[in-house]
Amino acid sequence: MFMKTITCNACGHINKEGTMICGSCGKPLDSISGEDKNTLLNMRYDGTAVRSKTRNRSIIDKIWNFFSSIKIGVTLIVLALISSAVGTILPQEMYIPQNVDAFTHYRDEYGLFGQIYYQLGFHNLYSSWWYMILIALIGISIFIVSIDRGVPLYKALTNQNPKRHTGFLKRQKLYSESETYDEDEKEQLLFNLKKHRYNIFEKDGHLLAEKGRFARWGPYVNHLGLIIFLLGTLFRFVPFMYVDDFVWVREGETVVIPSTSQEYYVENKKFIIENYGEDEAEVFAEAIQNQEGPIAKHFETQAVIYKDQSTNIVGEEPDLNQIKEGSIIVNKPLKFDGFSLYQSSYQTNEFKSMSFKLHETSDENEDAIAEFKIDLDNPENNFTFDNGYRIELDQFYPDYYLDEGQPKSQSNYPRNPGFVFFVYPPNEEEPEVSFAAIGKNIDPTNDNDYKIGLTDFEVRNASGLSLKKDYTLPILGLGAFIFMIGVIQGMYWQHRRIWFHPTSKGIIVAGHTNKNWFGFKNEVDKIFTGTSLQAIKDLEEDSKEDRSQS
Amino acid sequence: MGDLVSLSSTFLYVAFFIYLIATVLFAATIRDKKSKKNNDFASKLAVGTTIVGFVSQLLYFITRWIAAGHAPVSNLFEFVTFFGMMLVFAFLLLYFIYRVNLLGLFTLPIALLLIAYASVFPREVTPLVPSLKSHWLYIHVTTVSLGEAILAISFIAGLIYLIRQVDQTTSSKSTKWLEIVIYTLFATIGFVLVSSVYAGMGYSSTFEFPFKGDTRSVEYEIPPLIGPNEGVMLDQERMSPLVEAPSFLQGVDAAKKLNTLIWSMLLGFVLYLIVRLILRKRIAASIQPFLKRANPELIDEICYRAVAIGFPVFTLGGLIFAAIWAQEAWDRYWGWDPKEVWALITFFFYAVFLHLRLSRGWHGEKSAWLAVIGFAIIMFNLIVVNLVIAGLHSYA
Ligand code: HEM
Repeated sequence: MFMKTITCNACGHINKEGTMICGSCGKPLDSISGEDKNTLLNMRYDGTAVRSKTRNRSIIDKIWNFFSSIKIGVTLIVLALISSAVGTILPQEMYIPQNVDAFTHYRDEYGLFGQIYYQLGFHNLYSSWWYMILIALIGISIFIVSIDRGVPLYKALTNQNPKRHTGFLKRQKLYSESETYDEDEKEQLLFNLKKHRYNIFEKDGHLLAEKGRFARWGPYVNHLGLIIFLLGTLFRFVPFMYVDDFVWVREGETVVIPSTSQEYYVENKKFIIENYGEDEAEVFAEAIQNQEGPIAKHFETQAVIYKDQSTNIVGEEPDLNQIKEGSIIVNKPLKFDGFSLYQSSYQTNEFKSMSFKLHETSDENEDAIAEFKIDLDNPENNFTFDNGYRIELDQFYPDYYLDEGQPKSQSNYPRNPGFVFFVYPPNEEEPEVSFAAIGKNIDPTNDNDYKIGLTDFEVRNASGLSLKKDYTLPILGLGAFIFMIGVIQGMYWQHRRIWFHPTSKGIIVAGHTNKNWFGFKNEVDKIFTGTSLQAIKDLEEDSKEDRSQS
Repeated sequence: MGDLVSLSSTFLYVAFFIYLIATVLFAATIRDKKSKKNNDFASKLAVGTTIVGFVSQLLYFITRWIAAGHAPVSNLFEFVTFFGMMLVFAFLLLYFIYRVNLLGLFTLPIALLLIAYASVFPREVTPLVPSLKSHWLYIHVTTVSLGEAILAISFIAGLIYLIRQVDQTTSSKSTKWLEIVIYTLFATIGFVLVSSVYAGMGYSSTFEFPFKGDTRSVEYEIPPLIGPNEGVMLDQERMSPLVEAPSFLQGVDAAKKLNTLIWSMLLGFVLYLIVRLILRKRIAASIQPFLKRANPELIDEICYRAVAIGFPVFTLGGLIFAAIWAQEAWDRYWGWDPKEVWALITFFFYAVFLHLRLSRGWHGEKSAWLAVIGFAIIMFNLIVVNLVIAGLHSYA
């Protein structure tokens, strides 16, 4: 392909089109680009040709240039910032109560605004297609810009010529020109430079003192970390990499852990909950008193994990082998074979069984005619008694509530059980219907001869465990780690260079740093001590003073 | 143990007064037009005093930690106090790089204001709920606040830059916004004043009001300018509210918080007006002459440098450590909780700041304004998200 080039008229080096500063001797090539001779040089990427600033012909060039523009990059980040903020105006859908219709919730709670918010999809903003595309565009932009700038920067920094054209030096921000310069002074300078840990490159008596070059790679390293991180989040969509499920286990129960292909089982031996109490350390006394409810102190499930060793033939009983036993505590998940079980929820005093007795409605002593017990895990339907009475369990509502007069169950967990019983007295065909629940005993017809009363119950705790397997975590961790290395590298170190250019009359010194000029200037002052070099001047400030004086 | 808590509070009071003295000493270095040698001594005295104050606050922190058995960063009082301490630390860090006395003159009053602000919230030692019992809590919270404190120094440098550089001969958008920024400091003083004065008087009045089909009660610690929607006051002898809060305000305490906000803003406004009437000038215009000797480019560099130093620390604490802790405690490293989202927004914002700095046009005044906005975002996350947004749903 035909490439335009620029030949340097000072050293003859052939530079790529778009080069601002000759790659070999550093002579500014802007007599061609027509920049003002007296302004300071733009030292970004040392004046090498950056693809996006040079080529704009094909459609690929245009896309490339779009993504490598800092303006576009910043705009994308600002858009992500604003949309993220919008998502916090109202709670996201995952934070509203689970048992209500989302649309109704937003409308009833937040009125018209809530309705519009819902209809625009802002209730699920962070998983919306456009938010994800926005983040993806930022990722693409980071990738392209890093190649666009990184390659030329690499070339410029690895081939530095210590001998620079005076036109280059005179247009650096830090500059000094001195009449005298001899071997003794050079010795002193080299000594001072080494003391400040500069690397020295020399060519024909010209010196380049440089330090912190690696800091220039900071942005590229941190951008790489960001890209790895973003790729890592994509892996979550690979089924093998990521599992997220939830299971309730009651005390004494062993249940299969979902999402493990029926392979693992968990047993809840005991669930423990502790609150901060009266006997707590004295320092907390005031806080505990001021709090209205109890303050939770500790949740723990004592669990056993089993693996099913059976050969997986349909109908075969699972053959459970204990593989792990331990406590699941908040902040301390139980780990096994790549999975983690977290203490995530609990339900105290869930009913295990309930005992009832049957008595005559008119009997003030409520003497039992019959007694029976219902196991709520596995309720029996029929109870026949020696004295001829029979009771049938018609309906069982584990978690009952009244929906417009009709009993219904909110969940399958026995938190508030309700029962409809059919009572058959001896030799009767027609049953009496009776409804019983905690503290309730409803007689639908109001002329029942018999009544069913609760006599006793057993409770137990249930523990809600969430199951996680996340093989994307190492990738995310790696990305975050590389990102941190990169920002620290780029932010806590600076790339400083000083050029020493002997002339027939003495010496010219010029300095450049990519950031933090004050520290650099102080350092140059220290490097000049013990020599007769003219103190280094900041040309930018001088030109400002000139302007303000004129 | 109780003794240790009171010893700890004493250290905090002492730190407060030492910071006050250090502020005066820094003021002296600015006005001092005497020989350089003299000024050197004054600077050393000022910064030395600041260090003594910092050590005293550190002792507060350590003794309270021993007393509570956990790092005292677990409620708003403790966290804001700690943030004030980190602000002083961040100042010292940048002071030893650039040795600019002005920075101390502006940072210490803000640290004082933060400690005063913190002391308005309940100060008792609270026990930890299970999800907070993790070493990652301390690691996360301390690094976030250190990061935010360093970023706050960039706000302070930006503020100095703006007061120094914004043309005060005519009224412009910049002068107006600058006054608004200064006014918010007055509003914070207003908040501290109104809360502590009425707390000192033992003011309390209770309202009952309907809330989602229930009747709830709320206790006001300052007189109600704004009462709860359809609220009924239970204490007859107290002043009754001027207006009721609109019904769209969510949350049990929403009306109470709005009331406090209005009080603070009004009182802040009165204070601002008084000062302005005495000065007969914009406040920034009255400060400007004292800053004439400051080098704007140096201040601009400090403003940038604080972001350069603070950004990695903030990212580490606010995003990475936060994610590790969230993974341990709630088995998800990221949950799009408002607090998390605002940390992400802060991260995005300072990333934008750094990228804009890459082009020359964004140095100086523009980046000073950005530093002010960045601090506003941090404060928003610290205060508003805690008190308002996060209150809408329970955490953990
Ligand atoms: C949230 C995402 C991003 C973060 C956290 C980030 C972070 C950074 C940081 C810390 C620097 C160093 C700045 C300095 O040294 O002052 C940097 C430099 C840079 N960033 Fe980004 N960046 C992000 C996205 C982008 C995007 C989308 C672009 C696309 C245009 C971009 C382009 C650049 C460029 C061109 C540099 C300068 C490189 C150099 O100095 O050689 N960045 N970035």
